[in-house]
Amino acid sequence: MFAQLSNSNFVVLQTLNSLALGGLLFLLAAGFSLIFGLMRIANLTHGSLFMLGAYVGVWIIHSGVESLWLAAILSALLIALLGAVFERFVLRALAGNGQGQVLVTLGVSFIVADLCLLIWGGDPIPVPTPESLRVPLRVMGFVFPAYRIAIVVIAIAVAAGLHALIDRTRLGAMIRAGVDDAPMARAVGIPVSRLFTVVFCLGSALAGLGGALGGPILSAYPGLDADMLPLALIVVILGGVGSLLGAFVGSFLIGFIYSFGTALLPDLAYVILFLPMILVIAFRPTGLFGRMSA
Amino acid sequence: MSEALRVERLHKAFGGLPATNDVNLVVQAGERRLIIGPNGAGKTTLFNQIAGDLRPDSGSIRVFGEDVTRLPTHRRAQLGLARTFQIITLFNRDTLEHNLVLSLLGLRRERWNPFASLGRDRTMRAEARRVLAQVGLEELADRRIAEISYGERRRVEIAMAIAQKPRLLLLDEPLAGLSREERMTVRRLIAGIPREVTLIMIEHDMDTALELAENMTVLHYGRVIVEGTRAEVVADPRTREVYLGE
Amino acid sequence: MSPVRPAVWVVLAAVAASIPAWAGEFYVNLASQMMIAAIFAASLNLLVGYGGLTSLGHASFLGGSAYLLAWLFLREGAPHALAAPAAIVGATLLAAVFGWIALRATGLGFLMLSLALSQVLWGLAYRWVAVTDGDNGLRGLTRPAPFGLSLENSAAFYWFALLVMVVALIAMARFVSSPFGAALRGSRDQPRRMAALGFDVWMIRWLTFVYAGFWGGVAGVVFVYYHKYIHPTSLSLQTSAEALLAVIAGGAGTVAGPIVGAVIVVFLKNYVSAYVVRWNMLLGFVFLFIVLVVPEGLVPGLRRLAGAVVRGRSRPAPAGSQEAGR
Repeated sequence: MFAQLSNSNFVVLQTLNSLALGGLLFLLAAGFSLIFGLMRIANLTHGSLFMLGAYVGVWIIHSGVESLWLAAILSALLIALLGAVFERFVLRALAGNGQGQVLVTLGVSFIVADLCLLIWGGDPIPVPTPESLRVPLRVMGFVFPAYRIAIVVIAIAVAAGLHALIDRTRLGAMIRAGVDDAPMARAVGIPVSRLFTVVFCLGSALAGLGGALGGPILSAYPGLDADMLPLALIVVILGGVGSLLGAFVGSFLIGFIYSFGTALLPDLAYVILFLPMILVIAFRPTGLFGRMSA
Repeated sequence: MSEALRVERLHKAFGGLPATNDVNLVVQAGERRLIIGPNGAGKTTLFNQIAGDLRPDSGSIRVFGEDVTRLPTHRRAQLGLARTFQIITLFNRDTLEHNLVLSLLGLRRERWNPFASLGRDRTMRAEARRVLAQVGLEELADRRIAEISYGERRRVEIAMAIAQKPRLLLLDEPLAGLSREERMTVRRLIAGIPREVTLIMIEHDMDTALELAENMTVLHYGRVIVEGTRAEVVADPRTREVYLGE
Repeated sequence: MSPVRPAVWVVLAAVAASIPAWAGEFYVNLASQMMIAAIFAASLNLLVGYGGLTSLGHASFLGGSAYLLAWLFLREGAPHALAAPAAIVGATLLAAVFGWIALRATGLGFLMLSLALSQVLWGLAYRWVAVTDGDNGLRGLTRPAPFGLSLENSAAFYWFALLVMVVALIAMARFVSSPFGAALRGSRDQPRRMAALGFDVWMIRWLTFVYAGFWGGVAGVVFVYYHKYIHPTSLSLQTSAEALLAVIAGGAGTVAGPIVGAVIVVFLKNYVSAYVVRWNMLLGFVFLFIVLVVPEGLVPGLRRLAGAVVRGRSRPAPAGSQEAGR
């Protein structure tokens, strides 16, 4: 293990893997955190939306759309639409029933996962990296896979965009009001139900985008949802629910822990992830869970 | 005479405004103390800190000489502190008898027993009915809480508290929402509580609970504004200011 | 809803015991799986129905004890007499640790923590190939022969599973009607009031979690002896979800409800897999159906719907009428 660490190429490569994974995780976790923060729904469908985003992205590419970027955006929009339908017709019917809402998101996650298996089969589908980014960058003697850097850039851009949305726009103000006190926000005239749909859409879109963009790195395969969801959960637990900064920092932290962990101690990767979560829970329970208690 | 409660320099703030602002309070054993103040004065917040549901930011709370500031709620109950809630919190799906049985169980070792059959414990059930009789609800013992009237539920709340034979009893707006007749019944009930129990009552409406009080404390914006015997507080111009100024 | 008379239970038990006499081997094996699922669901119900704590990580204890037993037997050469109790003890200790962590929160926080913890275990089972052989699972487990009686034969194993289930059920029924059980239910309904009455609500919940983990571990032992094989799926979210479905389908908060639910879930799962329709998808749809249409459980819910159809109009169930049996 130490031999690997002293190899600078290894370190650089893993760092980039970590950053890329962190970026993808951020797209996933930010949506989850937003949905949980505003709607108090632990959206267990989120992992499947990510996976569906990956599959739909590949399907769009195989249907003739050459650009991964375009495919990713289209995929995100489609997933957003599905999310809107789900929220509007299923989740809203269970308003006030927090446990019921979680259970239906669980049910839908099973349905989506099986649907993907049914449609696309059990073999992983590789996703081609965009032409423009296939050539690795050479800087100071190090070789950087360019696509991974692109992911990080996109994640930062999305984070900045979300931050601007939440802090600078009216919509963001309404979201913040809803997160603080939904009944009061409603009383003040904020259309909380519509807001819920918008936020769920946004979260779903981010998940779908993450899945599609993650294609070249992760591929589209059955079980992608089960691999990604617990990571997102840990990010949100660590970073604090509803906190964008927490999701950002947490995603990259987990990205690092997971990438290096899997490369150095593959058997124990999950245990390594486990430890910071335990420490956080043991020493900062109210700060992290004040919002999570039902 | 010993002190039932000593609160010193209690402070609690939620965000900006302090809900409890440097409150000092001493209640003697056996006393009947009424705490009043307009809505938002911080009465229930104070109660919640004394009972243990809320952790104060600073200050101390002593119950019969023991420092309970860091003690969780259930440990304070073990020391002889009982309370009722402003919003009725009873076990709606259970019978009145079962509610009282739970109250009696709270202070007994038996509550940890996972083998015995609770239904077979005749002595506790008999005791539960006895306490229900004290509040005039014995005939309803087998009815569920969901089936009885609001006034009757208030009486059950009080029964739950006195069943534990507490040394210090906190009553949070025990007369709220009651009809005139019900208020008279509950007032009589409270008046009948023995002297071994120190009584501290919160009421929002001064008139309803006045006759039950020996001493009074007036709270406003989390601070103690006036304190003294009933006569003193009622006569004090600041008291009226607090209410009229609203 | 009055509790079912003991006589009915005896009759049911007799009928259950007689199954190998008139049903074919496939059905006897199915019945064994139902017994295992019933124990597992009933243990989860202690948390969900009686404790008010919805956990999505209960598979940790089924799979945890199963893996521990398999590993002790296959890799360490431990005899059954040692491996089985050790597995149960292991599951119980695991529950003590997991419970302490998960109970740092309540409600949705608790749910997410229980899920995350169980997922970690699942991930470990997949990755720690040296110990668990990953996706291949561990095979070669034999069944014990308690008091010299072989359990290889499906009828014999079924009676063993039935016996364990009956013992579990009696213990749990005792538990819920005990003072501790009353304290647990009280903590579910009004935790603040319970604290004010002197009950240590956290401790009550934690002890229940440990006890539920204990019986989950017992289910795991019978499970692994039945299959003679263990695979990471036993630690998966799907396993936890199936148990949760059994609990809510049968009606949480009654001791018998989970049994009914477990029978239904196992039946559906086996019936369905014989007909190519996908189980996961069906599981998802059943979840949706239960939550949206009959949230109080299948039996009370279907009764309500039937009543509404008979009356010619639908009427929502009045509050408090669908009470859990005690």
